[in-house]
Amino acid sequence: MMESIKELSKEEYLLKGHIACAGCGLTISLRLLFKALGNKLVMVVPACCTSVIPGPYPYTSFAVPVQNIIFEATGATASGVVAAFRQRGIKDVPVVGWAGDGGTFDIGIQALSGAAERETNFIYICYDNEAYGNTGIQRSGATPYGAWTTTTPTGKKERKKDMPFIMAAHRIPYIATACPSYPMDFINKIRKAKEIKGTKFIHILAPCPTGWRYDTSKTVEIGRLAVQTGMWALFEIEYGKFKLNSPSDRLIDKAKRKPVKEYLSLQGRFRKLTEDDIEKIQRWVDEDWERYRKLALNQYV
Amino acid sequence: MQNVIDTANHIVAYAAKAARVQVIAAYPITPQTSIVERIAELVESGELNAEYIRVESEHSAMSACMGAAAGGVRTFTATSSHGLVLMHEALHWASGSRLPIVMPVVNRALGPGWNIWADFTDSMSQRDTGWIQFYCAENQEVFDTIIQVYKLCENERVLLPAMVCLEGFILSHTYMPVEIPDQEKIDDFLPPYKPKWFLDVNKPISHANIVSPEWYMEFRYMIQEAMENAKQLIPEIDKEYGKYFGFEHGGLIDKYKCEDADLILLTMGTIGSEAKIAVDNLRKEGLKVGTARVRVFRPFPREEIRKLAENAQMFAVIDRGISFGMEGFLAEETKASLSNQKDQPLIAGFIAGLGGRDVTFKTIEKIAKKSSEWMRAGKVGKETVWVDLRK
Ligand SMILES: Cc1ncc(C[n+]2csc(CCOP(=O)(O)OP(=O)(O)O)c2C)c(N)n1
Ligand SMILES: [Mg+2]
Repeated sequence: MMESIKELSKEEYLLKGHIACAGCGLTISLRLLFKALGNKLVMVVPACCTSVIPGPYPYTSFAVPVQNIIFEATGATASGVVAAFRQRGIKDVPVVGWAGDGGTFDIGIQALSGAAERETNFIYICYDNEAYGNTGIQRSGATPYGAWTTTTPTGKKERKKDMPFIMAAHRIPYIATACPSYPMDFINKIRKAKEIKGTKFIHILAPCPTGWRYDTSKTVEIGRLAVQTGMWALFEIEYGKFKLNSPSDRLIDKAKRKPVKEYLSLQGRFRKLTEDDIEKIQRWVDEDWERYRKLALNQYV
Repeated sequence: MQNVIDTANHIVAYAAKAARVQVIAAYPITPQTSIVERIAELVESGELNAEYIRVESEHSAMSACMGAAAGGVRTFTATSSHGLVLMHEALHWASGSRLPIVMPVVNRALGPGWNIWADFTDSMSQRDTGWIQFYCAENQEVFDTIIQVYKLCENERVLLPAMVCLEGFILSHTYMPVEIPDQEKIDDFLPPYKPKWFLDVNKPISHANIVSPEWYMEFRYMIQEAMENAKQLIPEIDKEYGKYFGFEHGGLIDKYKCEDADLILLTMGTIGSEAKIAVDNLRKEGLKVGTARVRVFRPFPREEIRKLAENAQMFAVIDRGISFGMEGFLAEETKASLSNQKDQPLIAGFIAGLGGRDVTFKTIEKIAKKSSEWMRAGKVGKETVWVDLRK
């Protein structure tokens, strides 16, 4: 466990020249991934913002080997790399599937589910910007209720899937949520995942100023508010045991959580929410936390 | 050397073992299933030292093969029909990624209506995916082709994936005698795969990333070049294989009594074997007929087709499949190969054997007789004939 951010290597493997939007939450997350694992990892990346960010051939701003792959295939292609490395006796090189919410919740859920059921030894990271960012902010199964996207111009009418618990139903050894606004927690979770054998699923909330309609300087703040309001909970499910992590572990009591409105009102995508909508979202968050409270008590999923 | 009598599907599994494939990712579909079952037995008994990924779909099978091939190992899958077309997107990605994956395709019709019997529409509909395509006529050829094709695909001048096609049930479930050469000799012919690159943390590269209009055409051109190289290498490898093991299969086109033939029956797959019987019978009746079985459909043997056309007066092209709104696949390519050529032969297309309907030597004799009538008349009566179609 890293105790202080000062322990981090100064080495950068996300190189200069990438073409991400200013304030991009997934790009901060990528940098933290490389801080956590160094450059000794192989990435499998499907169609998503991350396949664009490194820039076009013959350049790349990723200093690690990357296999780019079709949109829905991350789980399957990572399985292939893992199998090849086993055949070749290559050990200690983590294979990391790095996909967006669309590539995870929607089109790629089958390949991910298959890889998890096969107990594939890899880390699957879903960076969740709650929409299809690459194609211009269309709704996904991860888009929250009420959010504007280009295919939900009056706001999404349905709720977000509970992806970590879908993965928990696969009985994989390690599931964690993270957010780049909490870099220590983020890095520790990735390092922990590396040490565990089997399928590891890490779900990252990656705020997206372009899609969420907030100022590019506010990414870290938005991520913090997501956690402080309880819209995003930091937790782990390790061999079936549920555990809230700091600072979420101090938010079980509703009085400690900020009202969701503080998070929602900073983002243009929620501009059309009514007071009723906001109340509904608050109720849902409270219900989620009641579930977390029980889970934390029983320490069981 | 070992003499076995077995189905083509089991022979496929033995060929995978003989090729020492390292990663297999596959999903079952009739009539391919006994391939994946036999491979499972070989892997679990330890006879084949390979990772076997029992994926949850064909799309994932091909996607896993790509990951494995990029990881630097010899990879294998097999499919059929709906499984193959489900892979479509991944097929393009595999060839564009220049990964030498080998995939037997047990040819089967596409639904609806559900039909599990032989038809080439499945693999033919994938002809533009950048995959090399072989079509086999018998079980020995299935074994030999799989070994040959790994050597071809892994050649640095090629680096493309390949399908080895065999017709469902007609080959897949039919017992035939096959000679399996000694493993040592196979290892000598086909040494272990040495990838030119792989996902190496010590030499990081980004593979299959974004390519702008400035470069994209060059990458496509290289695929076309690789196909042309394959066209050159296929007969060479077939000959070399013949020297090693005693079996040759005609390189790009397996020709039978074509030298003096006025009429040539162009065929693919098992119809090619049946056509040889028809040719022998018709020759007894005095008809100067031969048959040419197109063994490799991609790259298409354009030059060989032109050579055949030099002395023939007519081609009768038999297709077990059709490109709707046009004509049989082989008929199309044959005509395209002959455009801009002087003194073209007459060409008639025959659609036969769809969805597993029998195409016997008798059917073929009928086709040949109709064609020779037209040949004598100097005019093709019908561009595309549906053979034995119910009224
Ligand atoms: C089969 C297929 N369908 C659609 C697309 C177009 N497409 C590319 S990326 C993308 C959205 C990706 O969304 P997500 O996974 O959330 O990643 P993000 O772009 O937000 O980083 C879509 C729809 C595609 N590449 N492939
Ligand atoms: Mg997204």
